[in-house]
Amino acid sequence: MKYARALVPLVVFLGLVWFLAAGLWLDPKEVPSPLIGKPAPAFTLTRLDDAAQSIRREDMLGKVWMLNVWASWCVACREEHPVLVEFARKKLLPIYGLNYKDERAAGLKWIANFGNPYDASLFDQDGRVGIDFGVYGVPETFIIDREGVVRFKQIGPVTPEVLRDRIEPLVRKLNG
Amino acid sequence: MALARPCAYTLFFLVTLAFACLMASFIRHDFSVLYVASNSNSALPIEYRIAGVWGGHEGSLLLWVQMLSIWMLAVALFSRHLPQAVLARILAVMGLIAVGFLLFMLLTSNPFDRLFPAPMEGRDLNPLLQDPGMVTHPPMLYMGYVGFSVAFAFALAALIGGNLDATWARWTRPWTTVAWAFLTIGIALGSSWAYYVLGWGGWWFWDPVENASLMPWLLGTALIHSLAVTEKRNSFKSWTVLLAILAFSFSLLGTFLVRSGVLSSVHAFATDPRRGLFILAFLTVVVGSSFALYAWRAPSVGLGARFAVLSKETTLLANNVLLLVAAGAVMLGTLYPLLLDALGMGKLSVGPPYFDAVFLPLMAPAVFLMGIGPLARWKEAQAPDLAQRLRWAAGVAVGCALATGWLAGELHLVATLGLLMSFWIVASVATDLLERVHPAGSPWAQAPARMRQIPRALAGMMLAHVGVAVFCFGVTMVKAYEVESDAKMATGDSTTVRGYTFTFRGTREYSGPNYEALQGRIDVTQGGREVAVLSPEKRIYRVQKNPMTQASIDSGLTRDLYVSLGEPVEGGAWIVRVYVKPFIDWIWGGCMLMALGGLLAVADRRYRRKQATDPVAHAAPLAGTAP
Amino acid sequence: MRRLLFIALFAWAWVAGAKEAPSAAQDPVLEARVLHIAAELRCLVCQNQTIADSHADLAVDLRRQVREMLQQGRSDQEVFDYMTARYGDFVLYRPPVRSTTLLLWFGPGAMAVIGLVLLVLVLRRRSRMPAENFDKEESDAGSNAPGA
Repeated sequence: MKYARALVPLVVFLGLVWFLAAGLWLDPKEVPSPLIGKPAPAFTLTRLDDAAQSIRREDMLGKVWMLNVWASWCVACREEHPVLVEFARKKLLPIYGLNYKDERAAGLKWIANFGNPYDASLFDQDGRVGIDFGVYGVPETFIIDREGVVRFKQIGPVTPEVLRDRIEPLVRKLNG
Repeated sequence: MALARPCAYTLFFLVTLAFACLMASFIRHDFSVLYVASNSNSALPIEYRIAGVWGGHEGSLLLWVQMLSIWMLAVALFSRHLPQAVLARILAVMGLIAVGFLLFMLLTSNPFDRLFPAPMEGRDLNPLLQDPGMVTHPPMLYMGYVGFSVAFAFALAALIGGNLDATWARWTRPWTTVAWAFLTIGIALGSSWAYYVLGWGGWWFWDPVENASLMPWLLGTALIHSLAVTEKRNSFKSWTVLLAILAFSFSLLGTFLVRSGVLSSVHAFATDPRRGLFILAFLTVVVGSSFALYAWRAPSVGLGARFAVLSKETTLLANNVLLLVAAGAVMLGTLYPLLLDALGMGKLSVGPPYFDAVFLPLMAPAVFLMGIGPLARWKEAQAPDLAQRLRWAAGVAVGCALATGWLAGELHLVATLGLLMSFWIVASVATDLLERVHPAGSPWAQAPARMRQIPRALAGMMLAHVGVAVFCFGVTMVKAYEVESDAKMATGDSTTVRGYTFTFRGTREYSGPNYEALQGRIDVTQGGREVAVLSPEKRIYRVQKNPMTQASIDSGLTRDLYVSLGEPVEGGAWIVRVYVKPFIDWIWGGCMLMALGGLLAVADRRYRRKQATDPVAHAAPLAGTAP
Repeated sequence: MRRLLFIALFAWAWVAGAKEAPSAAQDPVLEARVLHIAAELRCLVCQNQTIADSHADLAVDLRRQVREMLQQGRSDQEVFDYMTARYGDFVLYRPPVRSTTLLLWFGPGAMAVIGLVLLVLVLRRRSRMPAENFDKEESDAGSNAPGA
């Protein structure tokens, strides 16, 4: 029986190794969204291209839509942008941008240069709406359903794989 | 077996040659070496070119192996008294570890990879690392981490050879204590470096990389105490062996945590899951086979000498349990986020609020025991006797704790407990000392002679314990009584904190060797008398363009005056952050005393005397008690 | 644009020549609360720093958010709830006590208790063993000499 006790360190250690190995494939800094399955936060923001017009959360009810958080100072957004422009051509669902902590002129110039996949971009200069959506890094993308509930969040650039495997099936399902 | 020493010498020679080559590449600005191009620059001052050798992942691995080869050289040189078979096993174990790390470098992390075409300029060493701390902290730290491999190798050699006894403990003890002393110094240097570089005055953040160094330290502390018992009384044998394996295992675990990307940390190296996988596999093989060996051999190790339920042995065992639980708690907190994430149960952060809440209550009883253990007798101690001998110490400790709190201006519970712990240790050491130089019936005149007779091992223990008391005192005073003030200051404005008046005299610009700086000047007076001139800076390093805040500190025995520049506001004024931190340098002073105590203990005559008189084949299983 | 606003905890002020510098914040007590809360919130774009220490934009924004909420009269707990509603438990450096964290919070205490209980049991078992299991003692007097 002494042998059984002496084996304890080995057994505990092997258990630990299992967890450490699992950890190698995880990202310790990725923050999953607690908003999934909850209503999107209320917001009222002006349009990037027209400061006189506002868009509110209530305006977006009744349709499935995509919110893409971007900024002219964001380097990774340039990677993602062509993918979005291509995706917008399919007209699967309306895409709205959230121009996060940017200057109007810089944002408009960026879209003019790199293409505009958005039905409209919302101008969130101080980032408060971003905080309400739990944005911590740019780019991020949300899919919101007809009742205004957040269904999906992509942290980091949207890739063709993510669109094909996660977003498009979800949108089809939500549209019925 | 006769090959062991020559192999160790050769390994040392070859590794040192490689290390020297890398250092030469840095010094000569050889940017065709990828690692040099990533971590250096032609404007980098020479001392940071040298330190840059270990500024990144690949180079720090080479430093690791260099330290291992130095320890192997030392073991090969200072082991005339060891039987050849034992020495061969020890060096073999260490050699296998070296093989693992060298393979790791060759396969995944080669510091000598070339970059063609060679760039004209390097990317510069991270400005945060361009500091004297970078020259001393990693080498000291690695000497400690890697030094535990010696105890580890001794333990495995004993398990393999089947000769685990007091003699084994006597051989292992000095190596372990020296490694422990280096680790203590390394951690203290890291903490004080963070304090004066990071610009907001903290010195310990319970960051995963810091915890990765604390866990081996806690286990190493348990190990040196456990070795004392095994050497003295031939007891705790299988427990000590287990601790020796654990201490080095935690060193390796630390290496994994820091380089694999599994945890998020300010100190982490650039990571790569492939590297993490290699280290994990290596860790599994080394530690797994050691535990397997332990499971196979430990049950046949004898119980050693008997001791009573209350005895010095028991206090040391209790100390071991508490240190082990503390290490376990730190590990639990550090790995818990990973645990939950791997099980799909969400993401969590575990930070200073958790560790402070959990660690301090565990350490308090251990510190309390520190006051009792040294005075307890081996084999059997009497509680009434101990209580009687220590009642003066207890009373003095309580009195001093309360008096200090009152003098500092306010009393609060946690601070008073912290102070009580420090004074308790000092009073207990004083009691022990007094009993030895002035025992009942012996005149005071004999005291100096008796003092000189105290063996260095004992003197080292007392010094190290006093170091712990000094450390506790520093931590308590800073946490309880530090004062912070942020003021908007234009040139000529002043602010007063705790009797010190800080007057802002404006800023000037200057160019450093590889940075541009804006330097503020603050005159500090106390009661009209000039105390210090402080020069906090904001720097922009030319290559990496990171802005850095450089605090300015006036260190004193009883307080630090700490000033840093915040942000500029309109009108040429600045937000200036001022701290008065009482006794903060006692934190690192205490650590240095601990390390000195350890080194003093190792200088004890018995280690050198025994070398001359031990027959080479001495390895009797029942060695009995050593003097 | 970066703006760092710090707290002023104590200010014993007396006139000394040039103007006594005003504390950087409007309300030192409020700023103390802001920093106290900020020290427990994680900066999500940093490698393990609190929003109190970090200079990152998000950290500055979140500190501003905390300040505004406190100015509106919210309690500390409401601020923490606000943050976790948006970022999850990950943003708290003090992990909440729930079923998934019972092991975390009670583990150390349990380990200490178990360790000490085991110690006592092992000692008692050893004290009941016959003397042959242990080493023979050559002499007891030597072991407590000053060389110990």
